[in-house]
Amino acid sequence: MTDFEIEEHEYDVLVIGAGGAGLRAAIESMALGCKTAVVCKSLFGKAHTVMAEGGMAAAMGNVYSEDNWKVHFRDTMRGGKMLNNWRMAQIHAQEAPDRVLELEEYGALFDRTEDGLILQRDFGGHKYARLAHVGDSTGLEMIRTEQQKAASLGVKVFAECTINRLILDKESNSISGAIGYWREKGNLILFKAKSIILATGGLGKMYAITSNSWEGTGDGHAMAMMAGAEMVDMEFVQFHPTGMVWPPSVKGILVTEGVRGDGGTLRNSTQERFMFNYIPEMFAAETASSEEEADAWYDDHNLGRRTPDLLPRDEVARAINSEVKAGRGSPHGGVFLDIATRRSSEYIQKRLPSMYHQFMQLAGVDITSEPMEVGPTCHYAMGGIKVDAETEASSVSGLFAAGEVAGGLHGANRLGGNSLSDLVVFGRRAGKGAAEFAKGKNEFSTIDKEFIDTTINNMMKPFENEGGQNPYAIHKELQDSMQSLAGIIRTEDELIQMLNKIGELKEKMKTVSVDGNRWFNPGWHLALDLEFMIANAECLVRAAIERKESRGGHTRDDYPNTSPELSKVNFILKQIDDEIQVEAKPLDEMPEELKQLFEDN
Amino acid sequence: MPIVELKVWRGGDDGEYQTFHVEYDEGEVILDVVHRLQSTQAQDLAVRWNCKAGKCGSCSAEVNGKPSLMCMTRMINFTSGDVIAISPMKTFPLIKDLVTDVAWNYENARKVPHFKPKERDADGKHRMMQIDIERGQEFHQCIECYLCQNVCHVIRDHPENKENFVGPRFFIQMAQVNMHPLESVSQKPDALEGYGLDYCNITKCCTDVCPAGIKITDNAIIPLKERLIDDKFDPLRWLGRKIKIGNSK
Ligand SMILES: Cc1cc2nc3c(=O)[nH]c(=O)nc-3n(C[C@H](O)[C@H](O)[C@H](O)COP(=O)(O)OP(=O)(O)OC[C@H]3O[C@@H](n4cnc5c(N)ncnc54)[C@H](O)[C@@H]3O)c2cc1C
Ligand code: SF4
Ligand code: SF4
Ligand code: FES
Repeated sequence: MTDFEIEEHEYDVLVIGAGGAGLRAAIESMALGCKTAVVCKSLFGKAHTVMAEGGMAAAMGNVYSEDNWKVHFRDTMRGGKMLNNWRMAQIHAQEAPDRVLELEEYGALFDRTEDGLILQRDFGGHKYARLAHVGDSTGLEMIRTEQQKAASLGVKVFAECTINRLILDKESNSISGAIGYWREKGNLILFKAKSIILATGGLGKMYAITSNSWEGTGDGHAMAMMAGAEMVDMEFVQFHPTGMVWPPSVKGILVTEGVRGDGGTLRNSTQERFMFNYIPEMFAAETASSEEEADAWYDDHNLGRRTPDLLPRDEVARAINSEVKAGRGSPHGGVFLDIATRRSSEYIQKRLPSMYHQFMQLAGVDITSEPMEVGPTCHYAMGGIKVDAETEASSVSGLFAAGEVAGGLHGANRLGGNSLSDLVVFGRRAGKGAAEFAKGKNEFSTIDKEFIDTTINNMMKPFENEGGQNPYAIHKELQDSMQSLAGIIRTEDELIQMLNKIGELKEKMKTVSVDGNRWFNPGWHLALDLEFMIANAECLVRAAIERKESRGGHTRDDYPNTSPELSKVNFILKQIDDEIQVEAKPLDEMPEELKQLFEDN
Repeated sequence: MPIVELKVWRGGDDGEYQTFHVEYDEGEVILDVVHRLQSTQAQDLAVRWNCKAGKCGSCSAEVNGKPSLMCMTRMINFTSGDVIAISPMKTFPLIKDLVTDVAWNYENARKVPHFKPKERDADGKHRMMQIDIERGQEFHQCIECYLCQNVCHVIRDHPENKENFVGPRFFIQMAQVNMHPLESVSQKPDALEGYGLDYCNITKCCTDVCPAGIKITDNAIIPLKERLIDDKFDPLRWLGRKIKIGNSK
């Protein structure tokens, strides 16, 4: 063993991540009688989930009684361009309403309808008004509610504690624990666990323009892959169409789709509502063809077809990109999002209070009297750890995953609002799956000492590499190159250039060096996160090269159409002896009664 | 780019202010400038942040003595050549640079009463009117920046009070449970005792700094204090209120 001191803990179930998914998982596992702990990189309650704005999708039928799980299922699959794991999409649509009611039971206060039920709002790709919400701070409501519930159950929390590797029992090849460090002092910590749930969220921080915080470095994605887990759909990253574009410091910060859900519309520099020019074949039958029809739809969905402003995000992001390229953008390189001329000042402040403050305080723009300037921002990872739809078990024994780090539910493109519901539906199932797995195990598996030594040496290396590469500079190089070579619009040439770049960055990582010591040192933390970001970038690029077509979040300039062959497969990635391998795997066959849902319309 | 002089606290309790000259852009916020300082001159500068949009409450600090969120303090308020002093929140034990130990707050979160809902309606749903939850929704806007805890003199000047006083952030949480239309248990008379409500002398400093605009004193603390007194001296009024709450749906 190395001479570093290691603090040790034992838990039946260890949850890595304290966002909506991790907390829901911990609540479940605790309720099932397992000794449970949650670990997170930031303070408790600061995970990405806290930033979610618009709402959580659930076919409760409170606003449109015609809504039900079948419609939600169909919307989700079509939004995902049919690459979704159909069983996950079915479970999600069926269980989301109960999970919303359960949050209410934990104390959440959703906005109400006139008869006192939970109000639901319109969002892109959802046929009916379906998002339960609290103004535009739904994620805050979710995380705080779960946080208070978890506190009341006595879930143990290790905050500002970062896991660096999952540990396998060499013999059985199953999970035996995890190792990491306390951010405060840099001291090492080791967890022995019977099962582990990864709920580490997204990986947007590998791009320069992103809505993700410093935590979005895809640690869980990379750690799972290093432990041998299969990954799915890694080429699909969602560029949210509306991020702030100005001033420079806020570039990428999210503007909720709720603005369009509540009546806002996109315009170009000639004031044209350009989305009418970008209605794809697949959605033509249900999308309004004139401004009058779209506006009538806002008042009553039976009076017209839905506005093209609310097409799925991939369509809107590409349209904005094209408008800007064609020279019809706004002064700072975006397009205009106008709600000021369409809704009263009072309505806007009531429905979108945090957008109002965000623009007022950060950009000096009053959204009740001026349009916003918006453009695409890297937002969400559709791809992730491949899991079993029922239990969220990964391909590694004892390892489970839920939330953004898991893949499958969203296919090639996620619908807005489907993440918050994903977190609680599959968070709960992962908690149950992992608890049952843990109960079936009498003893903790062995911790591989040699592996621990290597991991610790690896973690301490940046302090030994004096005068080497600056981690902040490497990060910027990764972000800038991913943004320009593997962004919204991709080509084979550029993807290969990016792959070479990744090779160079890996080389540089060998001499990454940090100043100071282990005492709360963000430079060191970044140096360790970089390894994960680069691994994920490689996965993304390798899968993107293989998908020689355009579909959902993945647009290839050199293959602008969808390919019938590729519509039948997911790409599965796996790390074998340090090499990332990509394999096409046929989609699971959907049962007849579900197929029917796509033929009726 | 214009340049600003930053005096930033470096180190722990035995640390000191260090002076840096950093470039900035008018459209930026203090947190951007701190990040530039970090990536170019002080790699190991400890600072917390997440959302960069006033939504997560991570980046609390004292900017020229004023408790603020660094991500919401715009550089446009300063001019080239200005000196900006950035120090960690004073009320909590210092860890390093701008990062303090806020664990006391999380302990209080476990201490205060937790929500226990009444039964659902026959159709499996709960009914609440918008008007009855507006106050609760105001309290739910709390981003846990702990700036209110930081300025409250009850603990800022008397750390020994931390044992018996949960602070304004948790008075809000108590009010939120106490006034929740579906709450079934913790509205009983002694539920508000033992959290230090009586230490508060309504200076409103907490309300003044709250970035979420919550009227902590007027809407949470004063009503709680009134209930505490009512319930103690006039159990019938407590009963009356309980019945009224029950009927308000
Ligand atoms: C600005 C914004 C607005 C959004 N709005 C919506 C919306 O309206 N509706 C919707 O459905 N979705 C929305 N989303 C998406 C949604 O919020 C996220 O996908 C979701 O919150 C992810 O939740 P999660 O539980 O998977 O992970 P997160 O909430 O991202 O939490 C990840 C957790 O894992 C921890 N972690 C990560 N790595 C490690 C490690 N190595 N060691 C220990 N802990 C680790 C982190 O500290 C954190 O606690 C939005 C996202 C953003 C950024
Ligand atoms: S009003 Fe009360 S709680 Fe708020 S700062 Fe003053 S003494 Fe503290
Ligand atoms: S009440 Fe306001 S000041 Fe206090 S922690 Fe919450 S948001 Fe911050
Ligand atoms: S970084 Fe989230 S409030 Fe400042």
